[in-house]
Amino acid sequence: MAFSTTIYNAVFRRNSVYVSTIFVGAFGFAVGYDKAVTAVWDRWNAGKQWKDIRHKYVTEGGSEDDE
Amino acid sequence: MLFQSAAARSIPRVLRSSASAQARAFSSTSSSAAFQSFLGSRTALVSASALTAGSVAWYTHLYGSLPFIGEVHASAASDHGLHPTSYPWSHNGLMDSFDHSSIRRGYQVYREVCSACHSLDRIAWRNLVAVSHTADEARAMAEEVEYDDGPNDEGEMFKRPGKLADYLPAPYANEEAARAGNAGALPPDLSLIVKARHGGADYLFSLLTGYVDPPAGVEIREGLNYNPYFPGGALGMARVLFDGLVEYEDGTPATTSQMAKDVSVFLHWAAEPEHDERKKIGVKAVILMSTVFLISVYVKKFKWTVIKNRKIFYDPPKH
Ligand code: HEC
Repeated sequence: MAFSTTIYNAVFRRNSVYVSTIFVGAFGFAVGYDKAVTAVWDRWNAGKQWKDIRHKYVTEGGSEDDE
Repeated sequence: MLFQSAAARSIPRVLRSSASAQARAFSSTSSSAAFQSFLGSRTALVSASALTAGSVAWYTHLYGSLPFIGEVHASAASDHGLHPTSYPWSHNGLMDSFDHSSIRRGYQVYREVCSACHSLDRIAWRNLVAVSHTADEARAMAEEVEYDDGPNDEGEMFKRPGKLADYLPAPYANEEAARAGNAGALPPDLSLIVKARHGGADYLFSLLTGYVDPPAGVEIREGLNYNPYFPGGALGMARVLFDGLVEYEDGTPATTSQMAKDVSVFLHWAAEPEHDERKKIGVKAVILMSTVFLISVYVKKFKWTVIKNRKIFYDPPKH
């Protein structure tokens, strides 16, 4: 079976499946895309952000609400 | 164009039969006559004059003066202040975040030096959390300050230690008290000062480190100080930063320029706390939009390729 036939049967054939695929795909993409950009961003700004210096100031048993 | 075949380009030549050429020539002479008479009309004269007057007025409204016409100024360049140097801030780039160690040191400079005269109304203790301080540190700093609260059950106001939700305390109760304490000059609130001055953080740094003796011939009134970066040159704030004024907990030498840099970064953050997040979202948006643009170019080419590549033949009737 050709790839286009497979994908047609799996996704496009029923509208309910098609719409759900779009929603789930959008959600998954947003999560992955954000992780990827954040990884590049953190590498580019290594050492400058709060998360890089936080360990110098937190104390044992202190509150955790300053991530 | 890639898709355009020679045949497609030659269509117009085929169409140009003698009959249609004559028709076009006729219509163009009649329309040019009408155009000629319009050019000489009163309406044309009035609308051209109105357009000219309107665009001159609009230009002067926008830019204040007309180009190529000399102007005379009664002011000296020093009235506008020296242009601040552009410094290579580590957050200058499109993808550069603030240096949060610098924000933390800058907060210390603000708290120990500037806050004696300047308020920072728009920053609450909670804003420092996860930016320059931990929640515990911010809570402890807030508790050192007493805030008015109330009324309580008996209708009386009372004092209580600060909490994270409180805003940083102001040095003076009101503007009059601030002026009275500074020989009539009002120390402005610093929350948005980086946005409120041309040159932003560059100006701040230049101002704080720019105090010099006034040049010969410049008289500075008693109680004012000379600073070439301040428009007019004389301001109510004296030089406040001197080497070793504060002691940084991270061991950074507290030189005048180091403190000026740190407090400028801190005040830049105070004016633009969304800075880091904004740039990160900007990166995401640019990548996404460029991809969508490239896809749209591809789809357009894909859809048009049929039209661009078709061939049209003229089959003349045979008599
Ligand atoms: C002794 C009180 C005092 C201290 C301390 C002080 N200032 Fe000022 N500051 C003033 C006064 C008064 C003015 C108003 C000057 C004027 O308008 O002539 C001023 C004005 C300013 C201005 C506005 C200049 C302009 O362009 O209008 C800035 C920015 C500024 N101060 C930053 C700081 C910073 C940053 C610190 C801490 C390093 C600081 N100041 C410490 C009294 C002070």
